[in-house]
Amino acid sequence: MALKIVKGSIDRMFDKNLQDLVRGIRNHKEDEAKYISTCIDEIKQELKQDNIAVKSNAVCKLTYLQMLGYDVSWAAFNIVEVMSSSKFTYKRIGYLAASQCFHESTDVIMLTTNQIRKDLSSPNQYDTGVALTGLSCFVTPDLARDLANDIMTLMSHTKPYIRKKAVLIMYKVFLKYPESLRPAFPRMKEKLEDPDPGVQSAAVNVICELARRNPKNYLSLAPLFFKLMTSSTNNWVLIKIIKLFGALTPLEPRLGKKLIEPLTNLIHSRILLCLSSVAVLISLSSGMPNHSASIQVMKYLGLLAMSKILKTHPKSVQSHKDLILQCLDDKDESIRLRALDLLYGMVSKKNLMEIVKKLMLHVDKAEGTTYRDELLTKIIDICSQSNYQYITNFEWYISILVELTRLEGTRHGHLIASQMLDVAIRVKAIRAFAVAQMATLLDNAHLLTGNTQHNGICEVLYAAAWICGEFSEHLEDPMATLEAMLRPKVATLPGHIQAVYVQNAAKLFSTVLRGQEGAPADSKVAQETSQLLIDRLPVFVQSANLEVQERASCILQLVKYIQKLQQKDVEVAEEVTALFAGELNPVAPKAQKKVPVPEGLDLDAWINEPPSGSESEDEGRKTKTKGKAVFAKEESRHTKPRYTEVDEKELAKRREVRKAEQANNPFYIKASPSSQKVYQEAVGVEHIPVVQIDLSVPLKVPGMPMSDQYVKQEEERREKNKADRKKKDKKKRREKGRQRRGDSGPESEEDITPAHMVDIVTEEMPETALYTIPCLFPSQKSSKHKKKKQKKEEKDKKKKKHQHHHHHSDGAGDESVQNGTVEEEEPLPVSKQSPFILSTQSNPCPLDIQVCDIQGNLHDGSQVVVSVIFENKCDSFIKSMEFNVMDSLNSKLQRPEGAGPHDSLTVPFQLPPGISNEARFIFSMQSIVMPQKLKGTLTFIVKVSWSCSPQSTHIPHYPNQIEVYLSRVPNTTGVDLTIKCLLTGSNQQYLLLRHPCNICPLCMCPCPSQADQTVSIDAKCDEPGLLGNVLDEIKLTFSQC
Amino acid sequence: MMHFLLLFSRQGKLRLQKWFTPVPEREKKKIVRDMTTMVLGRKPRSCNFLHWKDLKIVYKKYASLYFCCGLDAEENELLALEVLHRYVELLDKYFGNVCELDIIFNFEKAYFILDEFLLGGEVQETSKQVLSRSIEASDMLQEAEIDNSDYDLELGWP
Repeated sequence: MALKIVKGSIDRMFDKNLQDLVRGIRNHKEDEAKYISTCIDEIKQELKQDNIAVKSNAVCKLTYLQMLGYDVSWAAFNIVEVMSSSKFTYKRIGYLAASQCFHESTDVIMLTTNQIRKDLSSPNQYDTGVALTGLSCFVTPDLARDLANDIMTLMSHTKPYIRKKAVLIMYKVFLKYPESLRPAFPRMKEKLEDPDPGVQSAAVNVICELARRNPKNYLSLAPLFFKLMTSSTNNWVLIKIIKLFGALTPLEPRLGKKLIEPLTNLIHSRILLCLSSVAVLISLSSGMPNHSASIQVMKYLGLLAMSKILKTHPKSVQSHKDLILQCLDDKDESIRLRALDLLYGMVSKKNLMEIVKKLMLHVDKAEGTTYRDELLTKIIDICSQSNYQYITNFEWYISILVELTRLEGTRHGHLIASQMLDVAIRVKAIRAFAVAQMATLLDNAHLLTGNTQHNGICEVLYAAAWICGEFSEHLEDPMATLEAMLRPKVATLPGHIQAVYVQNAAKLFSTVLRGQEGAPADSKVAQETSQLLIDRLPVFVQSANLEVQERASCILQLVKYIQKLQQKDVEVAEEVTALFAGELNPVAPKAQKKVPVPEGLDLDAWINEPPSGSESEDEGRKTKTKGKAVFAKEESRHTKPRYTEVDEKELAKRREVRKAEQANNPFYIKASPSSQKVYQEAVGVEHIPVVQIDLSVPLKVPGMPMSDQYVKQEEERREKNKADRKKKDKKKRREKGRQRRGDSGPESEEDITPAHMVDIVTEEMPETALYTIPCLFPSQKSSKHKKKKQKKEEKDKKKKKHQHHHHHSDGAGDESVQNGTVEEEEPLPVSKQSPFILSTQSNPCPLDIQVCDIQGNLHDGSQVVVSVIFENKCDSFIKSMEFNVMDSLNSKLQRPEGAGPHDSLTVPFQLPPGISNEARFIFSMQSIVMPQKLKGTLTFIVKVSWSCSPQSTHIPHYPNQIEVYLSRVPNTTGVDLTIKCLLTGSNQQYLLLRHPCNICPLCMCPCPSQADQTVSIDAKCDEPGLLGNVLDEIKLTFSQC
Repeated sequence: MMHFLLLFSRQGKLRLQKWFTPVPEREKKKIVRDMTTMVLGRKPRSCNFLHWKDLKIVYKKYASLYFCCGLDAEENELLALEVLHRYVELLDKYFGNVCELDIIFNFEKAYFILDEFLLGGEVQETSKQVLSRSIEASDMLQEAEIDNSDYDLELGWP
């Protein structure tokens, strides 16, 4: 036995230890791989021996090799063997190797559970420590579940050394086995107050991590942390706690106030914490002649801090714009990227051009594609943020985009392309310019595609081709563009771009034909065009890409057919144009959802049987209008007209029919001049002057930067606008004064008006969808303001005692007549001929409702009689009016006996055109102390008849909502109220002064003196609640006057 | 939380790696490659911070060694720099004027020190005294074991 041991140790003398291995590797620089493979063979031999010392040495060497990148997973079992050695020296090595080499999918881990459990309960604290350390690296959900209890026990171990390790590893256990969190949490909380600072800081760390994931659950710990923060002297812990409070304060605003004082104390006493705020100052104010790394750190942190401040106080950061732009010149990429992030939040209408110009300069200078791509995306992000909010001149933006296409090797071609499409579709005024630019791009396509096919930038051609085709009426020379699109080199482009080329070549072809047939003498040109297509298209027919092939062969056949017709001198232009008829309008992505499905229409049912194909194409058109979605490949498939199946005449006929259908269909989104107008108003930009920019230089050369001129132009324009506005202002100053205050945003921003209008389509506001829906009763927006004012008056009068049935002379209606929203009340589709729509267009609401009087019932003190006047203002007969008011807590509409609580009352008369009548409704009141607001509905039937149709149409129940304000309440309840008013003031608009008796007949109103603006009211009442409410109402009324 | 800590030389040779979250082997290699190229590609006198995916990378160069760690986005960068510095201090104290070779030849010691300092990506103990005490104590334990076993390196072989 002894001999064996001695022999073993002699053998070991010739084994390599770790140092030898490292030295050996360094000495075999040339054939390192070979040397290591021999070493691994040796290690394998060593691992086969029984001697644990030899094994652990081998494992140690393997750990080193693992770091060098060699696979050692085959030795996993040997590592477990070394881990289970009873000697700390070897155990340590074993656990180290395990923590480096094991991962969750290592299958031997499940063999270790018992070993680890044994080590955790070892009397030697270092054994336990080493096991915990190792476990923290390779803990699996199974291990976490099995060992959670053991670790929890260790959290209250006698030795702080073990306690802190156990606390820290608990976080890992929570992550792997979340069920353990609940039972362990109380103990974790205890550890926050552990006598040992190490354990305490460990607990703080863990809870900070947990709270970061879900701050809400840890709000209750705030007082404890507050105590720790004020008492702790450990900076490491303090930083963690402050971070934690950062996560908690948004949830509990009161916390913020409490924190201010201790935090300022901390800042005063601890330089470390101060550092980040100092960083802002240093980085930005110093000219930075001595670039030391620490200055760079400061700069970086300063920018980081600024981006946080920007979210809450944008103004204070914006004033440092120049400094931040300066940081873009920094040679440190981290700093440049931070500065870029900041710029995104800083742009405004005023400085956008300047900032982008600066960025463009950087794009040119930038080395390294990653940074350049980052710049490119940032430029586009900055410009397009919140629906191009900051862009005032879209020609400038288009030219920026065109300039960006000249970047070599960028991956963001598709981004530029989608921007081009988006702008061209949504900004109508820009189309002509955009088309001209795109034509130039197409003409110079060889510059873009250059040498490499994989160049991302060629995506731009997709957009260019599409824009040129779709808006080809703006093309100066469609023939030349058509030629450019059919060059043989196009066949080297990616398939989806070729497909767009082919499709849009057809569109261009139709434009050329239309242009030519105006002048019949020139039919030769048209025929030449057909010939050109017939010559060039076969290349695409042979394309490997199915999409291209299919489109090309369709169009080729079509053109051949057209050529035949041309040779017979048949006019074809109109029919060919009809293939691509219909204009695109921007529609919000969710707009379609907001259009209600009319009753009786089953969207899933076929309207025509499937083979007709026209439906899907129709769909294609619609989807195509969805702004950015244009890029999706599957949708472009929809746009492909399937006209090979039917002959062309038939097709044209169908198109005509469908066009007529669409014109009549109120749900079809089309661009009628009226809807356009309404749309612009709705956006609230009606006063924006659309300035025609006279472009003297047509920007034909793609190699030249050209966006710069816009910056200059823009300045001139602004100057001009300013001058214009000054003139106007002089005239309008009086009227304008008040309105302008209502506008949001600072005045300087407001002064800059965009040169073009964007059709701003947000997801919530599908304007185009709404406007084409026949709105039978547009709400009376114009009078809303007035009404509001009156409502206030009414409120003011509410709940005051009235002895007399005072007639309110203000005729304009004491209650507001509101229409329900269009979505709710969409009537059945009405055909275009219906005179009903015509009549309501001129007359917004056929029925006018006024509450003329409210009086107490003399016989029953708790009842109020409300008289309502209904006036028919339209030319039709109104009948079957039903009136209903929702019962509130204190008031009830008196209904005939036997009627349910929600039944409505029939108004006992019908209204011929132009006639008014009065109806009375009785309400029973529980209490008059509180002001009350009642809401009701009135449904009625309008009888419409018109000459061309023999029978009359009934538009079914059409509810109107009514708000009835109970303005006066009888005095029979026995409450005694005296109010003494002293009204003074010069504001003659105030209605109280004009009709003092309307407020309260009991009050004494001395004549208002013109000089004094004060009002004092003395009131006396034996019902304090009532008095309080009345006074509140009066106060409110005064404050709003 | 710290996700990983790497030590590598100016030539991009990895000297120490510690992963606090389980990462597949292939991913580890990729991260190491990315880190070395990114950090070594930085110009001198740049700041110590980088962004990589959604991690903050904080690095600092000590002599010829780069200490580099990846943090969660919410972590404090300066604190991380302090952690790196504290680790260097600990190594320095343990080896006595530490150099790259110390870490290469005693790499398991470097790990042991790190394990006492950080656990699961969090700082375990901030006090240098407490730390060096526990490191010494476990070393003593190891030596005692070796002394007790009567052979091995103490036999006096040349």
